[in-house]
Amino acid sequence: MTTATTGPTAAKAAKAAGAAGKPKPATMAQALQRAMRDAMAEDPTVHVMGEDVGTLGGVFRVTDGLAKEFGEDRCTDTPLAEAGILGAAVGMAMYGLRPVVEMQFDAFAYPAFEQLISHVAKMRNRTRGAMPMPIVIRVPYGGGIGGVEHHSDSSEAYYMATPGLHVVTPATVEDAYGLLRAAIASDDPVVFLEPKRLYWSKSDWSPEAPAPVEPIGKAVVRRRGTGATLITYGPSVPVCLEAAEAAQAEGWDLEVVDLRSLVPFDDETVCASVRRTGRAVVVHESTGFAGPGAEIAARVMERCFHHLEAPVLRVAGFDIPYPPPMLERHHLPGVDRVLDAVARLQWEAQS
Amino acid sequence: MDSLQQRSSTVQEPPGAVPAYRPTPPPAWQPRTDPGPLLPDAEPLRVLGTDAVADADPALLLRLYAELIRGRRYNTQATALTKQGRLAVYPSTTGQEACEVAAALALEERDWLFPSYRDTLAAVARGLDPVQALTLLRGDWHTGYDPREHRIAPLCTPLATQLPHAVGLAHAARLKGDDVVALAMVGDGGTSEGDFHEALNFAAVWQAPVVFFVQNNGFAISVPLAKQTAAPSLAHKAVGYGMPGRLVDGNDAVAVHQVLTEAVARARRGGGPTLVEAITYRIDAHTNADDATRYRAAGEVETWRAHDPILILERELTERGLLDEDGRRAAAEAAETMAAELRERMNADPVLDPMELFSHVYAEQTTQLREQAAQLRAELEAEGEA
Ligand SMILES: Cc1ncc(C[n+]2csc(CCOP(=O)(O)OP(=O)(O)O)c2C)c(N)n1
Repeated sequence: MTTATTGPTAAKAAKAAGAAGKPKPATMAQALQRAMRDAMAEDPTVHVMGEDVGTLGGVFRVTDGLAKEFGEDRCTDTPLAEAGILGAAVGMAMYGLRPVVEMQFDAFAYPAFEQLISHVAKMRNRTRGAMPMPIVIRVPYGGGIGGVEHHSDSSEAYYMATPGLHVVTPATVEDAYGLLRAAIASDDPVVFLEPKRLYWSKSDWSPEAPAPVEPIGKAVVRRRGTGATLITYGPSVPVCLEAAEAAQAEGWDLEVVDLRSLVPFDDETVCASVRRTGRAVVVHESTGFAGPGAEIAARVMERCFHHLEAPVLRVAGFDIPYPPPMLERHHLPGVDRVLDAVARLQWEAQS
Repeated sequence: MDSLQQRSSTVQEPPGAVPAYRPTPPPAWQPRTDPGPLLPDAEPLRVLGTDAVADADPALLLRLYAELIRGRRYNTQATALTKQGRLAVYPSTTGQEACEVAAALALEERDWLFPSYRDTLAAVARGLDPVQALTLLRGDWHTGYDPREHRIAPLCTPLATQLPHAVGLAHAARLKGDDVVALAMVGDGGTSEGDFHEALNFAAVWQAPVVFFVQNNGFAISVPLAKQTAAPSLAHKAVGYGMPGRLVDGNDAVAVHQVLTEAVARARRGGGPTLVEAITYRIDAHTNADDATRYRAAGEVETWRAHDPILILERELTERGLLDEDGRRAAAEAAETMAAELRERMNADPVLDPMELFSHVYAEQTTQLREQAAQLRAELEAEGEA
């Protein structure tokens, strides 16, 4: 892989790849890595830090090669202490750097919550705008990879409940690149949730091709449909797309909205879709009670009540601590559970 | 007993048995270098009242004196403002002024101070406008100044959380090639927090130019040091991280200034972090909301009053003929002027713009915040019309 960014070099690389046949598919992990590399090459204030991100390249290899290319001062193996990592990042941001911090796993980010909530999220506010916190906190999250306890949490509701943070989660290889570039460029802190079971998902998007930076805060309609909207994000996007395909057999034409950004929330795209379809199901794998779906369903109800043919339903993980790997398939919302919910949307009312 | 012996004697040694285990160092183990130089002295450093004071620069002594007088007056004035309802709360540093003032004077202008909520005086001694320093406690805004302009981080309320910030900033400065030092202040209670540990560990591993300054004033609200730690001293904690620990008499302004200045200089020349513990005492209650008689005896306070930082410096200056009645009066008058101005400015009602509530959450307001701002604006307009 070259270090080509967008621009002429990238175009040349893309052409070369084209000449040699179809470009090799890239994984989400590679797209994320290229996003960091491009950002580091363009901006010397971007620093990557965390546990094992240097020599090892991260336990998921997302930071692979960055220490070698940019040196250990730019891609740093820190001591093993999440509050220390994020707290140090705060001080570095105070001095004009743009730290990109890796939390090794979702449940190991909790020691850093104090720094995240009391300082990262509030510093701009406490200082009346004088001290922004351009920090990205990358968190591999969610289940489905058979991880042992404490390796599969979906913590997005905690982050969403904290004003001052952006909360972003890609579902495609292209978005992984585009959204991470935007997150690094953001003058505000971004909690960047990486669906770990999609790390190895592939796309024909060439790692050398020019890649667009996606603005944070914009949802995207992944599939057009007329009968109902599936509102989802991150690891549940492929599930919903598969469910939508399966639903066709039942004569249900489903639209799938990938939120991409949980904060800020794109009311416009979501509500436009629900107004078109008149029905909505929110799908995510984190717990349902006081989970992200509760907020989303309430927003849709408040804004689209007169367009709704049925109550907004939620398909979420059970309200349980993340289960042991051998049981996780019962917990994670799969295609069948999504289709069951769609069936409950009282289709007979339509006509 | 017999049967035991019998049983053991029946155990057959297998042929070619491995020799008995004899402890040797594990393969990868390398003895650390002698931690001795990192250990604090048994007694806190004192300069006042010792022969060492002869070397002290008279100009520095007078400067410290003037700042102590001003600092004491600042403390009494701010405490009075809580009684008048002008400040929601004030954590006084009466009795601890030597630490506050020396912290400010040990730094160069390009250095950074990371204060806790108690360290308003250090910020003021560093040159911050006293009113700006009090906005957190008055309640008109959390931080009343631009931290970058003064190189003073926001006064920090969650204990010890400012310490990793100091490490990160110092580290970033060093990466940039700037010889900037960060001085981070924390109380004795704060040293029990995880962030204290993580900050010291990071600083030592990164050899960051940071000085950690613990004001051991005896209590964390009501909890005495003995219930906070079992360590021989807080300065001893430094050894475990691989940095020097220093103990100093926190009421001896000259000693505190000396220790901090040395630690700052050491950090600046690439020598890495230092942990300094100052032994001092909080004369006032934790804040105006606290009843200190519940957890400490009046006699204890009186003992410390006899070791008051102003008293012991004043004695030295008087003995040396550097300070007379006129000098004392001049310092008192300067402090009085400061207090009168502070009083007057704090008695004016702050003008607040409620719409600013939405201004500093994100660089760009989200749709959600724009909607909420419109709601508040409508409420304010309705209020105006009513
Ligand atoms: C994380 C955290 N826990 C609890 C508190 C509440 N609290 C405020 S001050 C204080 C005692 C602090 O004592 P110490 O660190 O010795 O500092 P001092 O007030 O004596 O300067 C406590 C428990 C806090 N501010 N932050």
